[in-house]
Amino acid sequence: MQSSGSPSRHSVTGSERIGPYTLLRLERGGLDPGAPGQFFMLEAPGRLLPRPFSLCLAPAGELAFLVDPIGPGTEALCALEPGEEIRVLGPLGHGYRLDVERPLLVGGGIGIAPLPYLAQQLGGSPPVVLGFRSEEHAEAAALLPGAEVVIDPTLVTELIEPGFDVLACGPEPMLQAVAALCPSAQLAWEAPMACGYGACYGCVVEIDGALKRLCLEGPVIDAARVRAHAEVAA
Amino acid sequence: MRILNASGCLDALAAPEVAGQLDAFVTKTVTPLPREGNAPPRIAETAHGMLNAIGLANPGRERFLAEHLPRLRELGISLWVSVGGFSADDYAETCAALEGIEAVELNLSCPNVDEAADSAAEIVSACRSATALPLYAKLSAAHPDVAEVARAVAAAGADGLSLINTLRATALDRNLRPVLARGSGGLSGPALKPVALHAVSVCHEATGLPIVGMGGIETGRDALEFAACGACDVALGTVLFADPGAASRVRSELAVACAEAGVAKPDDGRSLSKSPETEEKVPA
Repeated sequence: MQSSGSPSRHSVTGSERIGPYTLLRLERGGLDPGAPGQFFMLEAPGRLLPRPFSLCLAPAGELAFLVDPIGPGTEALCALEPGEEIRVLGPLGHGYRLDVERPLLVGGGIGIAPLPYLAQQLGGSPPVVLGFRSEEHAEAAALLPGAEVVIDPTLVTELIEPGFDVLACGPEPMLQAVAALCPSAQLAWEAPMACGYGACYGCVVEIDGALKRLCLEGPVIDAARVRAHAEVAA
Repeated sequence: MRILNASGCLDALAAPEVAGQLDAFVTKTVTPLPREGNAPPRIAETAHGMLNAIGLANPGRERFLAEHLPRLRELGISLWVSVGGFSADDYAETCAALEGIEAVELNLSCPNVDEAADSAAEIVSACRSATALPLYAKLSAAHPDVAEVARAVAAAGADGLSLINTLRATALDRNLRPVLARGSGGLSGPALKPVALHAVSVCHEATGLPIVGMGGIETGRDALEFAACGACDVALGTVLFADPGAASRVRSELAVACAEAGVAKPDDGRSLSKSPETEEKVPA
């Protein structure tokens, strides 16, 4: 599942604001979009280290990433203009298993990022439930037409009914709550990551009772395997 | 000039195609007992650098020798094993168990664990008695007189020096709390390069030992500057995180940098840095 070799250069084909987020479109070039939930390392202009992003959409000839400007690296990515180039490495890691019978997609905040591509790859318009902290953040639900949306203080986990195969991505408290409700859920975790290919040992989370590198083991991991305590400030 | 990786900045088993670009692969530091490493967050980006506090996560000597080393050998790459510990005996016992590798690098300078009680020279001396393999002592530039430490490890039997390790440092988040769970970590990346160049220069003058220079190397020109200060070889660290193809790139850039500097090979850059003309250009 690992992509080898050097990062390749890709030009920006578009950059759209969606609520507080930016959907950054890149020319796909020779990159494989990979499985939903896999991730790419995107050069953050002017910064030393690239940043990890799961693929949000795979339009023809493009790769699109949803970026939340929470620090200097992500702000630089949001400021990119069409025609500018960045280096991209991927796809990396392990994504969602798609062999599920009754999928339910659960997303929280910027964690909705991998769900549009996941829904497309699953096919058949799977049900989607999303939670956001504000109306402005909830504008991103437009990426998943037909999704059921709740705003803080209502929690997205209140929308999860029994009997579904849950595929989730969101902040850690949400993932912990999903794991408690659905021990068989597939959860996409996040951790500070310098390399994305197992070199930096920075992205460890507690997996199967030991600290393991999320980039190699995940980022999508069965709920029963993980207990994370990572904080991210990209 | 050979291009290696800085210890702890690459997992050859996870990324063999990256390790394959190197002239030798240096393992993550091996300690006598397994270490899970520090709790996350373990890394933080800073201005022109990054901090890490991995904490020498490694499978321990026994499992390394039984499981990891055989798999590393299958890659067909020259191997250096980085050895760590908490006493001279720790280091020496691991050295005695190693064979069939190109060299041993003694990690005498990890900023993310409690320091060994024994001095660098005592550790080198114990390892010298334990193995005939080439011993490279990895030193910290945080010592007030790194050249003095270099002389001491040379006298104790070191065959070469690895310069430099990360420097202990702290970064705060927006709430003025340390970003790293451990509080402090090791600073690496371009911010380190001038410190490393100076350490290489003074240790080269002090000992004449072969030196693997490292600290913020991103380009072939950077590597040439390390050669100009006395390094025989260089190691890449942080740059590998953003660019897994950095070793091949730096190697080809080095040839161009030599041509631009008017030297036939990197070692010739050393005479250039010593010439009166060059020295006159250095601002006071």
